Amino acid sequence: MTALSDPLTVAPKAPSRFWRKMRASKSAILGAVIVIFFVTIAIAAPLLPVPGPTETDWAAVRKAPSAAHPFGTDEIGRDVLSRMIWGAQASLLAGVVSVLIAVALGVPLGVLSGYLRGWTDAVISRFTEALLAAPFLILAIALAAFLGPSLSNAMIAIGLSAMPLFIRLARAQTMSVMTEDYVESARAIGLGHAAMIRKYILPNIFPPILVQSTLTIATAIIAEASLSFLGLGKQPPAPSWGSMLNVAKNFLEQAPWMAMWPGIAIFLVVLGFNLLGDGLRDALDPHDL
Amino acid sequence: MLAFLGRRFLIAIPTIFLISIFVFGMQKLLPGDPVLVMAGEDRNPEMIEFLREKYRLNDPIPVQYFNWIGNALQGDLGISLRTRQPVLELIAEKLPVTIQLAVMALIIALVIGIPAGVLSAYKKGTWIDWLANIVALSGLSIPNFWLGIMLILLVSVNLGWLPASGYRPLSDDPLQSILTMLMPAFVLGTGLAATLMRHTRSAMLGVLRSDYVRTARAKGLSERMVLVKHALRNALVPIVTVTTLLFGELLAGAVLTEQIFTIPGFGKLIVDAVFNRDYAVVQGIVLCTAVGFIFLNILADAAYRVLNPRMNDT
Repeated sequence: MTALSDPLTVAPKAPSRFWRKMRASKSAILGAVIVIFFVTIAIAAPLLPVPGPTETDWAAVRKAPSAAHPFGTDEIGRDVLSRMIWGAQASLLAGVVSVLIAVALGVPLGVLSGYLRGWTDAVISRFTEALLAAPFLILAIALAAFLGPSLSNAMIAIGLSAMPLFIRLARAQTMSVMTEDYVESARAIGLGHAAMIRKYILPNIFPPILVQSTLTIATAIIAEASLSFLGLGKQPPAPSWGSMLNVAKNFLEQAPWMAMWPGIAIFLVVLGFNLLGDGLRDALDPHDL
Repeated sequence: MLAFLGRRFLIAIPTIFLISIFVFGMQKLLPGDPVLVMAGEDRNPEMIEFLREKYRLNDPIPVQYFNWIGNALQGDLGISLRTRQPVLELIAEKLPVTIQLAVMALIIALVIGIPAGVLSAYKKGTWIDWLANIVALSGLSIPNFWLGIMLILLVSVNLGWLPASGYRPLSDDPLQSILTMLMPAFVLGTGLAATLMRHTRSAMLGVLRSDYVRTARAKGLSERMVLVKHALRNALVPIVTVTTLLFGELLAGAVLTEQIFTIPGFGKLIVDAVFNRDYAVVQGIVLCTAVGFIFLNILADAAYRVLNPRMNDT
């Protein structure tokens, strides 16, 4: 609080440098605009003037895009645009919640590992290596299979599969912060472990965790779409981009638009998070002042 | 090198032990009692007890684990509920198909990714660099299963150039086998090409700034010689490591690619096993991929040391 109220301290300059760099990066702005666009339509889905995502119209089965159905209709006459809009909710929710699970479990473990070292570090590191050994999607598929197919289980599976990434990152960052002089000084004046982690470790490891989280949301959205595509995510008739593609692949000749839109949406939202993540990394890079 | 490999294998043992605990623990996540499923609809109590004894499910969980791991160490990963074949045999049967897909995808990724990365680093800040970065980022953002669907639509449905699905073993008809695998390999390879391009670009940027490249230029060597003989050769060290580590991405990508193009490989095996509730197969696949990945990691480290002899001192 004192740092914020005192105009002479350097602390407020860091955010302004961050915003200046973010504003200067056209690709980061493009990423942010794409992400904000999708978040807005996902939140505003119930208010938008489109038919319900599960409303069927048997008189309009597999109709090409028209004024009444701008993105066409699917194999049982549901409006593809409406399902796309509601599908955005599932994708973004899966992306954000699974990354929150990964961060909530991974960061404390990584900080403990890097802070305490010794046996704790050895055990957590072996645990992380074991989790990292199974490819991300294979582990997520196996977990989703054992937990049962549903969106919440897919999120848990993706979150657990992404967790080792955050353990590694938090551990490496903590170890790097621990070598700083201010940590030595804090230790010398007898600061306790909890206070040390809260005051010095967590604020300093936050920027790389934020960058990694943004990039992992992109991976998690693709993972959710992949699981839904395989039938292990959100269950029909509820809309999700992955399950829409799963059905669409059977009607490629008759209704190619069914496969086009969900793919474009996944591509755009993932690109948005990747651009935003890259922009955040550049803006938060302490070596590039 | 032998001492290094020995040390790495020793370190791998506790990791493999932990993986085996995860894999074994997975079946404990299952809701309900597996014996009730096996016993069928009448659920005869005698039959249930017989099955419990047969599969030693009355033993304490640690004992069950040691029974399971003991069998696994002897190559017995259980029997597939669906095909009644031993799990290891099933995996060995499907693996060559996925290896063919993975090798073809990796070749495509290397052919696209490395030259694009070299060119992008060499032309840093120009439109070529910008374009290569945009293409790479797009490659990373396109879900490969959607790219597969779109390619089927374009190349198979509209143009009729390549078959949309099916698999021909390499031993039956090599040309036809390569042709049927071309589109899936391209789908799988493009995502990896994007990753490789970004790594190659960053490795090349580091090397191009180094003193020995400046010296090579000062000696009057042609740009081509400087790029290929001096810069790329040194940049290859991290590139080789990354390529080995792409194994995980290759396998994960293969799961979806094989599903779209109906290729009877390792990836399709796990998906079919999941839907048939063939849990022994799912467990076997996770265990085998994880152990395989650990060994590839060790190989990557060994390759790193061979390519970079200075590491041998550490």
